[in-house]
Amino acid sequence: MELLGLYHYWVFAILLMIGFYAVVAKVNLVKKLIGLSLFQAAVFLLYITMGKVSGGTAPIFQDGVTDAVFSNPLPQVLILTAIVVGISTTALGLGIVVRIKEEYGTIEEHEIQEIDRR
Amino acid sequence: MTIIFGIFLLTLLVITAVAVVRTANLFVAVMLLGIFSLLIAANFLLLDAADVALTEAAVGAGISTVLFLGALALTSERERAATPHRWLSLIVVVSATLVVLYATFDKPTFGDPEAPVQQHVAPWYLEKTPEYIDVPNVVTAVLASFRGYDTLGEVFVVFTAGIGVLFLLSAQHGHAARRRPDEDGSNIGLRDDLIPRVVGRLLVPFILLFGLYVQFHGDYGPGGGFQAGALVAAAFILYALVEGEDRTLEALPFNALLTLMVSGALLYGLVGLAGIVFGGTFLDYSVLADDPVAGQHLGILLIEAGVGLTVTGVLLAIFHAFAARDRF
Repeated sequence: MELLGLYHYWVFAILLMIGFYAVVAKVNLVKKLIGLSLFQAAVFLLYITMGKVSGGTAPIFQDGVTDAVFSNPLPQVLILTAIVVGISTTALGLGIVVRIKEEYGTIEEHEIQEIDRR
Repeated sequence: MTIIFGIFLLTLLVITAVAVVRTANLFVAVMLLGIFSLLIAANFLLLDAADVALTEAAVGAGISTVLFLGALALTSERERAATPHRWLSLIVVVSATLVVLYATFDKPTFGDPEAPVQQHVAPWYLEKTPEYIDVPNVVTAVLASFRGYDTLGEVFVVFTAGIGVLFLLSAQHGHAARRRPDEDGSNIGLRDDLIPRVVGRLLVPFILLFGLYVQFHGDYGPGGGFQAGALVAAAFILYALVEGEDRTLEALPFNALLTLMVSGALLYGLVGLAGIVFGGTFLDYSVLADDPVAGQHLGILLIEAGVGLTVTGVLLAIFHAFAARDRF
């Protein structure tokens, strides 16, 4: 169990880098945005993992319960707003991709660069 | 037991992420991304983040999937080119992974109550919330009151992103006009499919009701403006998928959405200014009523309403902007 104590962080590292791979290696612009979403989700996981306290519960007070251990509410607040901001920025990215498709007729990065060079 | 379940979910998460990146069919990738969001929401729930899980399930698995599909309909569903410099990218990514993995060994063990992050301001928020704000949900108290400035900024970021999408997609391109509905009214949404239509129409009112519950119960349980906004938007998007976009616009016209976007952000700002007018500081709700705690309750209720209005307006406006654009 001691060894698995860092498992969440390893998953964070792997997810982060899967997203990173999609952003740097893939040439399709929608795929790059999907990679960015994975990257973002990995960061969310890191924050929420750090806030967890063993034996804790969600930070909501209940009447008559005085001995509850609460997990850290602060990372949860940051990530809650970050999720909604994340979808808005992803939508902005998708909007740009749609406009690129309309102007260039393709969403493959190397073909766009080819057209730009002409 | 929970830890084994957690490890199982995390492993599934990695497998799904690999599948998302590997598939060349973008439709499949988007669907898998929805599953990924649902899995990570379950993980958040295990990690005691009920509010975050609710948001991720509504936004990630619901709205994000629909927006990606909308973009795919306007672009293409297949990734055409093979990955160039594949080995170079893999080498870079694997070495970066090893560096990050090496760094994780300095992390405190999972769930350690003595970890530095638990020692800083978190105990103060947990201790002072009943005294200053007196709402059971500490996440809402921190979000809406202690860190109201942050949330104001986030609302304006969402608002700005919405404006940006509307600017990008309202530009007319040569002969690309807005999509016209078919004359006979068929082939719109799922109007001809009986079962999705009946089930969809049954679900919409309940999703709206749940959205309102989440909005106004946010002080007492998991919920608040961000989650409620996403849920209400999801209900209208479901209606649009089942009944077609034009009927949704009849129910909630585009101008009403713009009004929602603007009024939500304005309401938040005005509550902040009201704090100054009544002799406090910006976004200090204690002065809004005779009793400071009652003032806090009123302030939180108002700004959560503002957040809910803006998020609903922006998400639906973005959805309509994608849906109304004709395939080029």
